[in-house]
Amino acid sequence: MKNDTAQEDPIISIRDVYKSFGDLHVLNGVDLDVYRGENVVVLGRSGTGKSVLIKIIIGLLQQDKGSVNVLGQEVSGLWGPALNALRRKIGFSFQNSALYDSMTVRENLEFPLVRNVENLTRAEINEQVESVLESVGLSQTINQVPSQLSGGQRKRIGIARTLILKPEIMLYDEPTAGLDPITCIEINELINEVKEKYQTTAIIITHDLTCARETGDRIAMLLDGQFLKTGTFDEVFASDEERVKSFYDYNFIQ
Amino acid sequence: MSAKQKEHVFTKNLDHALLSVYNGYKFFIRFFVEAFRGRMEFQELVKQCYAIGYKSLLLIGLTGFITGMVFTKQSRPSLAEFGATSWLPSLVSIAIVRALAALVTALISAGKVGSSIGAELGSMRVTEQIDAMEVSAINPFKFLVVTRVLASTITIPLLMFYCTLVGLTGAFLNIYVNEGTSATTFIEKAFEQITFLDLGTSVVKAIAYGFTIGIVGCYQGYNATKGTEGVGKAANSSVVISMFLIFIEEVIIVQISNYFRG
Repeated sequence: MKNDTAQEDPIISIRDVYKSFGDLHVLNGVDLDVYRGENVVVLGRSGTGKSVLIKIIIGLLQQDKGSVNVLGQEVSGLWGPALNALRRKIGFSFQNSALYDSMTVRENLEFPLVRNVENLTRAEINEQVESVLESVGLSQTINQVPSQLSGGQRKRIGIARTLILKPEIMLYDEPTAGLDPITCIEINELINEVKEKYQTTAIIITHDLTCARETGDRIAMLLDGQFLKTGTFDEVFASDEERVKSFYDYNFIQ
Repeated sequence: MSAKQKEHVFTKNLDHALLSVYNGYKFFIRFFVEAFRGRMEFQELVKQCYAIGYKSLLLIGLTGFITGMVFTKQSRPSLAEFGATSWLPSLVSIAIVRALAALVTALISAGKVGSSIGAELGSMRVTEQIDAMEVSAINPFKFLVVTRVLASTITIPLLMFYCTLVGLTGAFLNIYVNEGTSATTFIEKAFEQITFLDLGTSVVKAIAYGFTIGIVGCYQGYNATKGTEGVGKAANSSVVISMFLIFIEEVIIVQISNYFRG
């Protein structure tokens, strides 16, 4: 199922993808379509291969078998400039933010911008940095270094760093992991604001059901290396499947 | 024997060692490919030259000064037995220019610079900062590895010259205090025996050592795994492997220079 804003052709199409690390089989024939304009949440327990899946989508890892097609291109067949051209259209927000800790916030944001967009003047660079910082509500941190920021601020700056290249697709890896409940709500709101303001399509990796409910147009539940259920939040959790029910109960009752 | 053990071509350790050599070779070749491809990160190169060169001046200077002074002090009794203490400036200058300055600079730099590069890149690897560059369509190898290896190759020969001057100063002070030799006489005698081959060999050595320290530190850090344990291991193995290779290079370069010396 796809949401109302979606168009016909998927912009991310994953078919029969397998991935193993030695004897550990992480993905066992995964299929998923993501349509333009929707937020798809990949939900599952830790260690079920959720992060591996989005790392395959952006070409950081290669699948053992199967096909991953993004914006009409087979990712595993791309390298060098062609892979970089695709990556410029995809924003990747890391679980631990992965901010460059030797650089200030301003330098973190300028770093991808000046290396991917040619002939920008200093005024244009400043304008774009300030604009994207304002989008995540952290203009005051511009001259701080990552070690001076809180966990939530780091997540926001990490998202801002990906937004500065105006991506078509956003991949969020555990955006609310390790944050307090109030900051989680703020991050969920930010993900929805990004979708509205930048017209992005997103895959959100999480094990947080509140995040899934607040940000996802569709939920894809990953268990034992395969998608067990796909649909809206209510559709997925209306299921009688024991493993889905126990996941829901654990999150909301615990 | 289990199925897993049968997968090894030789033994587990030998396979691992051969694979490491092969991966090191690929990394070495990639450096030259990336160094001549695309835009050079000059700003980062200058920053690394400053970090590797300028910030090592005090340590290299102090070590070089002590080395020159102690070597002179230790050599005096042997020469005094033959009444040949006037040869001290020549002896010390030959030792410093031909061997000590390059080796002292390289070993101190392997400890200070090699471990620092290994730890820094290792930490960037395990905190996904290198992956963050890749997904932003930035070539992390060009930005992180090429600049650090070039900076190390450029600055370590300069540090070696500095170490030579400071070492000779230490030697002069010791000779001046004990023999009363003037600065002019010391300089005349010190450079009497030094040839262009000696200077050239030292420069070649320093370039080779600088490159080795840079590439080994980068390789260990860039390929770090297993979290903080991996960072420590990268820093440690950067120093150990650099030092081992430096001594091997020393033997090879000395053999070649002796061949030309005739």
